[in-house]
Amino acid sequence: MPSQVSVRTDPRALRRSIPGTVLFDGELAERGFALNAMCYSFNDAENRAAFVADEEAYCRKFGLSEEHCAAVAARDVPAMLAVGGNVYYLAKLAGIFGLNVQDLGALQTGRSVAEFKAMLSATRDLVDPALGGLHFGPDPASAALQREHA
Amino acid sequence: MAQVVGGYFTSHVPAIGGAIERGDQQEAYWKPFFDGFPPVRQWLAEARPDVAIVFYNDHGLNFFLDAMPTFAVGAAARYDNADEGWGLPVYKSFVGHPNLSWHVIETLVEAEFDITTCQNMKVDHALSIPFELAWPDVGAWPVKLVPIAINTVQFPLPSPRRCLALGQAVGRALRSWKGDERIMVMGTGGLSHQLEGARAGFMNPEYDRFCLDNLATDPAALTAHSAEEVAELAGTQGVEILNWITARGALGDAPQTMVMRNYHVPISNTAAATVVLEPA
Repeated sequence: MPSQVSVRTDPRALRRSIPGTVLFDGELAERGFALNAMCYSFNDAENRAAFVADEEAYCRKFGLSEEHCAAVAARDVPAMLAVGGNVYYLAKLAGIFGLNVQDLGALQTGRSVAEFKAMLSATRDLVDPALGGLHFGPDPASAALQREHA
Repeated sequence: MAQVVGGYFTSHVPAIGGAIERGDQQEAYWKPFFDGFPPVRQWLAEARPDVAIVFYNDHGLNFFLDAMPTFAVGAAARYDNADEGWGLPVYKSFVGHPNLSWHVIETLVEAEFDITTCQNMKVDHALSIPFELAWPDVGAWPVKLVPIAINTVQFPLPSPRRCLALGQAVGRALRSWKGDERIMVMGTGGLSHQLEGARAGFMNPEYDRFCLDNLATDPAALTAHSAEEVAELAGTQGVEILNWITARGALGDAPQTMVMRNYHVPISNTAAATVVLEPA
């Protein structure tokens, strides 16, 4: 093995080198198992109610570590991710807190929710008309926009 | 003999379910996305499928990290949706097609794909929302279901190349099925989006265009990247393009005709797209 492997030839290295991104793999899955297991339990309404009734006791029941508990208690989404939380499961916890994915995005990017939504909408400016909108037929590049037929 | 009539691909963003529940289809925010579905429904009315083979990813309804299959093929007589924890309505159940499921499973294992088989499998919004969009206001779904779940949650993910190959093997199974059903293929999720990290909100219309431009005629172009590179290009949840690649594989090696495509940014945090392909 060469001592320095390009991320292009080593996909595992790329998991830790995409800006602003950490890909959820075995290392994180192991670190976050208890936290994610608790979040998975929130598919059940009774479990959501039990968490709301006594958050600390519910976290203890699932064997959360000190760092898991601290991140949950602080509603600190970046910390939850850092201790192995996976966003698909954390979304169920966020639902209990009344947070949607724009709220989560704002919390993680240091923006207000309005600023985060504006950033999402601004991406539309990057969309070429040949790509955006409704197109019919095999050659969208040459087809005129055909919204009026929708 | 069975006939593969074509493929329907769409984003499955949970917020779409909320918009349907509120009746927001004609609101300015939602209209450009929902305008993509009358053509889908028209195509379905003409294609008259009896069965849908659906490639999707579970978001923590049926599968947890205690046992996470890379590829899981449903073989149930019935599939239920259930509470996912964050407020979507519970959607209608699906009638399965166990005999076709087992034929797909047999064919895949013969082809040395070591899949997981599921006789009991809840299906989440990634499957229900595309059905709600295609067949709104029906009392029961007009097609039977064979669901195939792909791990997009926990790396290592299957590579795009492996996904295309699996889809191609599913396609061979469908074309060798002795029944006379008209079979459609579905791929759900995507396109580019990222929910977590400092890059949350990332979308990449350039990569989405690359995918849409090649899906019908050259899906192998989408397999040049590793799954990690797809995450870099499409965002951490944009890896759901794996479901599209697999579904495209099931349509066979011949170039397909793009019947329609719709692309709109943003729906929630997602660059949303809808596509119908049919055999040329």
